[in-house]
Amino acid sequence: MNVIEVSHLTKYYGKARGIDDISFQVNEGEIFGFIGPNGAGKSTTIRLLLALIHPTAGSAAIFGKDCIRFGPEIRQEIGYLPSEVFYYDRMKVIDLLKYSASFYPKDSTARMHELAGIMELELNRRIEDLSYGNRKKVGIVQGLLHRPKLLLLDEPTSGLDPLMQRKFFQLIQDENRCGVTVFFSSHILGEVQRLCNRVAIIKEGKIIETADIRTLQKNNYKKVQLMGAKIDPSGFDLPGVSHLEHEDGAVRFFFKGDINVIMQKISSITVSDATIEEPTLEEIFIHYYE
Amino acid sequence: MSMNIFKQEFGMRWRSVATWSAAIAAVMLVYISLFSSFAGQADQINQLMANYPKELLDAFGLNGTDLSTVMGFFGVVFLFTQVLLAIQASNYGFGLVSVEEREWTADFLMAKPVKRTSILTGKLLSAAAGLTVTNAIVWICSFGFINIFKAGRSYDTGSLVLLLGSIAVFQLFFLSVGLVVSLLVKRVRSVTPYAMGLAFGMYVLSAFGGLLGTSVIEDITPFKHFDPNYIVRHGMYDLPLVLISFGVVIVAFVASYLLYARRDIPAVS
Repeated sequence: MNVIEVSHLTKYYGKARGIDDISFQVNEGEIFGFIGPNGAGKSTTIRLLLALIHPTAGSAAIFGKDCIRFGPEIRQEIGYLPSEVFYYDRMKVIDLLKYSASFYPKDSTARMHELAGIMELELNRRIEDLSYGNRKKVGIVQGLLHRPKLLLLDEPTSGLDPLMQRKFFQLIQDENRCGVTVFFSSHILGEVQRLCNRVAIIKEGKIIETADIRTLQKNNYKKVQLMGAKIDPSGFDLPGVSHLEHEDGAVRFFFKGDINVIMQKISSITVSDATIEEPTLEEIFIHYYE
Repeated sequence: MSMNIFKQEFGMRWRSVATWSAAIAAVMLVYISLFSSFAGQADQINQLMANYPKELLDAFGLNGTDLSTVMGFFGVVFLFTQVLLAIQASNYGFGLVSVEEREWTADFLMAKPVKRTSILTGKLLSAAAGLTVTNAIVWICSFGFINIFKAGRSYDTGSLVLLLGSIAVFQLFFLSVGLVVSLLVKRVRSVTPYAMGLAFGMYVLSAFGGLLGTSVIEDITPFKHFDPNYIVRHGMYDLPLVLISFGVVIVAFVASYLLYARRDIPAVS
């Protein structure tokens, strides 16, 4: 069953583009990554799914029901974590969480305390006194406390320190193992690769690729940079190497293929420094247009 | 309607309600306490006022008023009270839903399984409850202070009840108009200028509309519909005009529900 079914969804803010004719499906039980640079339309898509905004054309359905017409009903089973978290500043954390829980018919108290424990959230502090990271934790707890069947996460990890990010991913994976479907929007390729089964890549309001994460990883480029006075750049003109450039004793290129080929090549010459890293999303996009 | 939204909203607003009620009570106390000294020199004051131009007296609701009578004097005090009530109600109207968009809390609320109409109803009832508290305080202060400071003179309870009975619709006018305007504009950056603009704008229309000589414009302001001077002098409401207030309230509320249901909630960008 498709938990999310988006067909020809379009949103314009006046003349400004939000998203343009987007279609995709998210299956039950999968973690679906939604990646793209800022301003690509990720938040617009999520806000349309939540009926925070209304589509210009096309439609979206969750659990087989139209997002606008059956909004309140389907939101019973949705947990949402926005990219920027804002709450009523004067409230205490515990009061906000109780208010959040009061919208759902079930008793969420036990789960609320469990989640607050996992995320090490202090319940008696005022929201206005919390750091950005701590507000984010409040967001995570309020998004999960009613045991939703679908999680909509809009760049959820920004502001969380690495330790909390790991706990958060653990939490998401645990939920997923219990059958929760996750829609995960991000501009960080690494976390999407780590967590998701399938991804859609969105750019300038259009989906340019929907792929299984393994397929995407096969296309995985590495960004290689070598420092050293005597490197002969032409020695790296190998199959799989692209965008080869050199200046001031530095050689840079992208490589796609068996990494051992490059490792052996590097070990045969003298370098003063070497880095091999993931390309940024923007750099991946460049390859998508070639 | 959602009881939890009502409670939450009331919890966030009660400080403001208490502050407004206390301020209005204080203003009423100060003015009504002046009555006995006015009444003692009523002849001189009435003579002095007779020399002022009619337009100026109109502007301050003093035309034809006898400040030596309890109700004549109270009518003027009530006009000041009306201005304060108008600012308070406008403030709640303009802030009712715009505050969630200004402070970006709308995302939180609307991602919950509630209909927008339920959200609006909860918020409206909470604001109305707050205004009713202030309304009750005005009733108590009016009767209390008048009986303390009436300097042994009698007054017409019927006129007083008519004046105080007009408060609820008067408040709803500013609440509903503030709300619908806040939904018609893209974003309310700050509530206070809007609230002051609406409240004083309506007051000025009523006070100085006579100078412009066009009664049509005057007819839209509730300060005219519930002119204390008229109510005290005639012992009744200015009936066709009062109906305009009712009409505006109904239209503004219906329009607000329609606009809110279709509204796109802006995102942080």
